[in-house]
Amino acid sequence: MRGEASPDRTAAPVRDNEVILSVRNLSVEYRARRGLVKAVNNVSFDLRRGESITLVGESGCGKTTLGLSIVRLLPRQADIREGQILYRRDGREIDVVSLSPSRLRQFRWAECAMVFQGAQNAFNPVLRVWDQMWDTIRAHGGMQKAAARNRALELLSMVQLEPRRVIDAYPHELSGGMRQRVLIAMSLLLNPQVLILDEPTTALDVLTQRTVIEVLRRLKEELGFAMIFITHDLAVAAELADRVATMYAGRIIEIGPVEDIFYRAGHPYSVGLIRAVPTVTGAFADLVSIEGSPPDLISPPSGCKFHPRCPYATERSRTEEPELVQIGREHFVACHNWQAVRADVEARRSAAGNGQGSAPVVEYTRDVQEGA
Amino acid sequence: MSQPILELVNVSQVFKWHNKPVRAVDGVNLAIGEGETICLVGESGCGKTTTGKIAAGLRRPTSGQVLFRGRDIWTLKGKDWQEYRSAVQMIHQDPYASLNPAHSVSDILSAPLFRHGLVRDRRQARERIYQLLELVNLTPVEDFYDKYPHQLSGGQRQRVSIARALTVNPSFLIADEAVSMVDVSIRVSLLKTLAQLRERLGVGFIFITHDLAIAKYFAWQGKIGVMYLGRIVEFGPTPQVVSDPGHPYTRALLAAVPEADPVLTRNKERPALQSQNIPSLLNLPPACTFHPRCPLFVAGMCDTIEPALTEYAAGHMAACHVTTGNVTARERVEV
Repeated sequence: MRGEASPDRTAAPVRDNEVILSVRNLSVEYRARRGLVKAVNNVSFDLRRGESITLVGESGCGKTTLGLSIVRLLPRQADIREGQILYRRDGREIDVVSLSPSRLRQFRWAECAMVFQGAQNAFNPVLRVWDQMWDTIRAHGGMQKAAARNRALELLSMVQLEPRRVIDAYPHELSGGMRQRVLIAMSLLLNPQVLILDEPTTALDVLTQRTVIEVLRRLKEELGFAMIFITHDLAVAAELADRVATMYAGRIIEIGPVEDIFYRAGHPYSVGLIRAVPTVTGAFADLVSIEGSPPDLISPPSGCKFHPRCPYATERSRTEEPELVQIGREHFVACHNWQAVRADVEARRSAAGNGQGSAPVVEYTRDVQEGA
Repeated sequence: MSQPILELVNVSQVFKWHNKPVRAVDGVNLAIGEGETICLVGESGCGKTTTGKIAAGLRRPTSGQVLFRGRDIWTLKGKDWQEYRSAVQMIHQDPYASLNPAHSVSDILSAPLFRHGLVRDRRQARERIYQLLELVNLTPVEDFYDKYPHQLSGGQRQRVSIARALTVNPSFLIADEAVSMVDVSIRVSLLKTLAQLRERLGVGFIFITHDLAIAKYFAWQGKIGVMYLGRIVEFGPTPQVVSDPGHPYTRALLAAVPEADPVLTRNKERPALQSQNIPSLLNLPPACTFHPRCPLFVAGMCDTIEPALTEYAAGHMAACHVTTGNVTARERVEV
């Protein structure tokens, strides 16, 4: 946590536009007793060097499945039906979908690491932190034990832990927030270009969550990896995303720069998610829920999958599935009625009288006087 | 405030861990009037759930009293005890664990109706169950009557558990993280359902949550109590607590909360804490337990004298020497 006033962190970070991961028309299905579950349906997006994309959506929208398919860790009942996952480093390109098992083992962790949901379950309880780290490094070869240990210590201090104490600790000796940070340090051991994090701050206490957010932000700046961040918490997305991709029923239904999604969204589902989150800053604001529940992915509704829950749905939404169309510089949305949706968003914003981010920041004036 | 119906007077709960005492709840005072909403917020291990259980009579405190309409609940017998137990009902956190998977919705809801003699026969029970399902917005009610928990979503299950709490016409609901297990979109409609009960039935709430934004939303008309290591460190009307917090711990919590607004959340002032580590309940720091982490720490004061809840603003209490003016700027220099 930093005390000093931070510079405006929403300004788009300087980054080259090199695409390092390109997901093309990816579809993933689960074989269930009742039929095929289309968990990820024709998803495409590009991840650039040093960028962070946040995948948001309700449970069952396909965000975790999408994350797992990038490192090919899908459960046995799942198949990648079609599509490519193109990964680039140093001018070479590989398709993760067709990697052989041995190449895949080298790809995982060294190129693309994943931090799983539930830090408490990700450790072997009878191994010390260092033993688990050394296992990982040894499996990939190429680093001496002493150098590896130094690297581990360095990373542990980067995630704001006491390195010498933590490295020889057993998982049960660490709190949830500490374990989560050890996991993040572990994922960065081999200096991957891409880090996938699945709900890393869920189930953490507020102050611990804040530490993890700040740690991730700093690490990303210092080490320059790209991040795919999976969360259902829109507030965390607002903290960490350069771009946000909203998923619904296995598809990306809106993707764009974080300000475009939060202030100029074009999809009623994105708007719904944002309006359902209460804030602590400013006056009381009523919340709006999204009625209904996510569709059955074995027999999804016709047309736009969101239409049964959508206040903007028209006859066209019921029959024709909308494609992603460009509505801003990097902003794409899959909705037939995005103009109406966005007009309403803008009307509400001007009615509330606050331009983006102008809600009052809590100030503790009493303190300053007394503490002077 | 109207005459309190339920009161916790200097309630403490000490657990034993390897023969060492663990003060999970330490001298908590709380009074709740008819139809009032009090939110208890704090991080895990702060004692908010234990306090809720004590208020619900599910746990007998090691010391202190729980008064129901002025009478100590642990002296109540027979009908009086039953009246208290019906008046105060608890909604648990996990709707997947709190409903018996082998019982249908109608079984779950009719059992307490018959047990408490609130209905005479099946027909009356059905009528009442329809009413209850309607109250928690599980409509059309006929569709839910014969369903089993596995056929319901997390949000719907939580509604069934709210309906079950309502079977005995309680005047208070103690909701322990009742909405934290469900998705964001469903959370709002659950909160709205609970707020409706407050309006339509006049039920009061002790609402336990770790999420200050939820507390602010649900208890805007009510009060917030902030707990830290077993003690209430701040208590006051919700709008005041969230806009002008009186305890440095509350300030840190509020500042740490991420907001669903990128410009706002990335530019929020965040006072730095001295330490990220929560002290162990087995080895609490002396005096003010927040002092090792506190940015306003005054040596010789905060680590020697335990601060009591003191008026910070009208009707708004905080347990802090510095913000409530026990230490003036001059004294701080002298110390």
